[in-house]
Amino acid sequence: MSDHEYIPKSKFGKWFNDRLPLLTLTNHLTDYPTPKNLNYWWTFGGILTFCLIAQIVTGLTLAMHYIAHADLAFESVEHIMRDVNYGWLIRYIHSNGSSMFFLAVYIHIFRSMFYGSYKSPREIIWIIGIIIYVLMMAAAFMGYVLPWGQMSFWGATVITNLFSAIPLVGEGIVTWLWGGYSVDNPTLTRFFALHYLIPFLILGLVVLHIWALHIPGNNNPIGIDVKKPSKDTIPFHPYIVIKDAFALLMFVLVFAFFVFYSPNILGHADNYIEANPLVTPTHIVPEWYLLPFYAILRSIPDKLMGVVAMLSAILVLAALPWLDTSKIRSAVFRPLYKQFFWILLIDVITLGYVGAMPAEGLYLLVARVATGYYFLHFLVILPVLGFKERTMPLPLSISEPVLSGSTNLSKESLN
Amino acid sequence: MKNIFKTSCLILFVIIANYQVKAAEKTDPLKIDWSFKGMFGKFDRSSLQRGYQVYTEVCASCHSLKYLSYRNLTEKGGPEFTEEQAKAIAANFEVKDGPNDEGEMFLRPAKLSDKFVKPYENEKAAQAANGGAYPPDMSVLVKARNGGADYIYSVLIGYEEPLSDIMLDDGVYYNKYMYGNKIKMPKPLEEGVVEYNDGTPATEEQMAKDIVTFLAWSAEPHLEARHKMGFKAIIYLIILTILVYFSMKKIWSRIESKV
Repeated sequence: MSDHEYIPKSKFGKWFNDRLPLLTLTNHLTDYPTPKNLNYWWTFGGILTFCLIAQIVTGLTLAMHYIAHADLAFESVEHIMRDVNYGWLIRYIHSNGSSMFFLAVYIHIFRSMFYGSYKSPREIIWIIGIIIYVLMMAAAFMGYVLPWGQMSFWGATVITNLFSAIPLVGEGIVTWLWGGYSVDNPTLTRFFALHYLIPFLILGLVVLHIWALHIPGNNNPIGIDVKKPSKDTIPFHPYIVIKDAFALLMFVLVFAFFVFYSPNILGHADNYIEANPLVTPTHIVPEWYLLPFYAILRSIPDKLMGVVAMLSAILVLAALPWLDTSKIRSAVFRPLYKQFFWILLIDVITLGYVGAMPAEGLYLLVARVATGYYFLHFLVILPVLGFKERTMPLPLSISEPVLSGSTNLSKESLN
Repeated sequence: MKNIFKTSCLILFVIIANYQVKAAEKTDPLKIDWSFKGMFGKFDRSSLQRGYQVYTEVCASCHSLKYLSYRNLTEKGGPEFTEEQAKAIAANFEVKDGPNDEGEMFLRPAKLSDKFVKPYENEKAAQAANGGAYPPDMSVLVKARNGGADYIYSVLIGYEEPLSDIMLDDGVYYNKYMYGNKIKMPKPLEEGVVEYNDGTPATEEQMAKDIVTFLAWSAEPHLEARHKMGFKAIIYLIILTILVYFSMKKIWSRIESKV
């Protein structure tokens, strides 16, 4: 992986490294040449790694006290909140942690879209990222079921019922998923088992994600290929490490405000009511980070087509490297794409907003328009734009932005 | 092309404006300046103790508080009754224990380690005694309702004569703040229904305030510890962030790039 052969100084180090090249790996990670113009939007990879570890550590602790049983789950969560030492802290970090995780992943994804990080030669990084994102959604959904509150129960009922839309085998699949004829104890126990499994799958994929990243190296705000190592790059340690640490601390500050001062603001009040199969909540709403897809699902009158649309909305992302036909990576040099990027962002936020509202009247209309636009962006605008758009001239290197005439490129940010 | 962006913003604005209009149609709960709100929020100790009195004397005849134990009454950040007081409170209740050496179940006075004794054996018994309506457990009630403490307070004092065009069945009452305006709980608080030991006049508003404070504590018994720790954690994080910021500046000064 490294451009030069690394030889440990000590005799033991050399002996060990010949057998297992861990020191070569460490050396590669510290020396890893990184473009020197990365802005703060690039710090979210490190932040996401922190989120994953935080979720695994707090989750492990919670699992020691949680009881995965339909009659005891709700009570065991209250036990954690009341009687376990700092149980309230651990649970609030875990529950708010999922929201912070998604906040970070959305910034990470949109950063990638703005700067064209998914384009050749980084397609595999992007696809692994999308798989991680899908697994995150599965883990978050199942995790939300575990406290066995009203929203847990009814959310699980609504989402698992989506599979019944599959022709012929749908009903059978739903029964198989539930382990019975309704969401009940077998559903809860298997969700718990899967909720415990998925983070470790994500961890494995994160390793692949980073490995795939270290082959071509980081993209950068001006999106041009960078010679490595050169005067356009800096070693990962200490420059990027300290910058990531600073950004992470800012992020943790926001995180801490949620945990300590409004730990329930991102959840639903209904989930503090124990699950009751006989009482349906007035509005069944998923967590905020799933709302855009929920809005797409509900905007289609037909159940099967709704499910297809929702899945397509996620899967279309995996095809993004080929749907975007432009050779220019960074939106900085794509004046039209830049506009459409912001419109897409507003479109997705709008979808999230109407996803939280009842599916009727104006909300439904807006949801349909926004859903239509979402697919229009990926399936029509992006492919066409690559051929039609007049892009701006690219600089030759990060240090010498001669052709652009701007001396401020390294400061170019999302704004 | 800039127009596309502006139009999108306009559409979004219209949606939000529409939502605001809709929200204004229902009666919003009253906004109370609770002592436990905000970064330094703490429970008012005497209000918690009075709230407990309202709970036992009024609410407890129908509503359980099943996740609370009598020992919680003595714990820091709660009503902080003395151990003797809490023991005396617990001793007023009887719990079923056993089986004993003869294999019999028996009744004994409650101890600090016991959970709050429920008014009914089970949910069915509770429904049977209350015209089919189940009085919900109140342990986490404040967190289980949109609007939280403000909402519960509003409902408690929101009983009114129904408008003439509203027909109410027997055992259903009109409440200004209740979702759907209909509630099966009869008006629970009347002036003077409890007599406070500390001499505070037991007005409807005072009792409502005390019981809601008590319920807010029961829903979030570690709130004070959380607020205190949060303050320390955030001060610590701010100092650390500043230190790391200057370290970063120093390290990056070795190269010509800006961070």
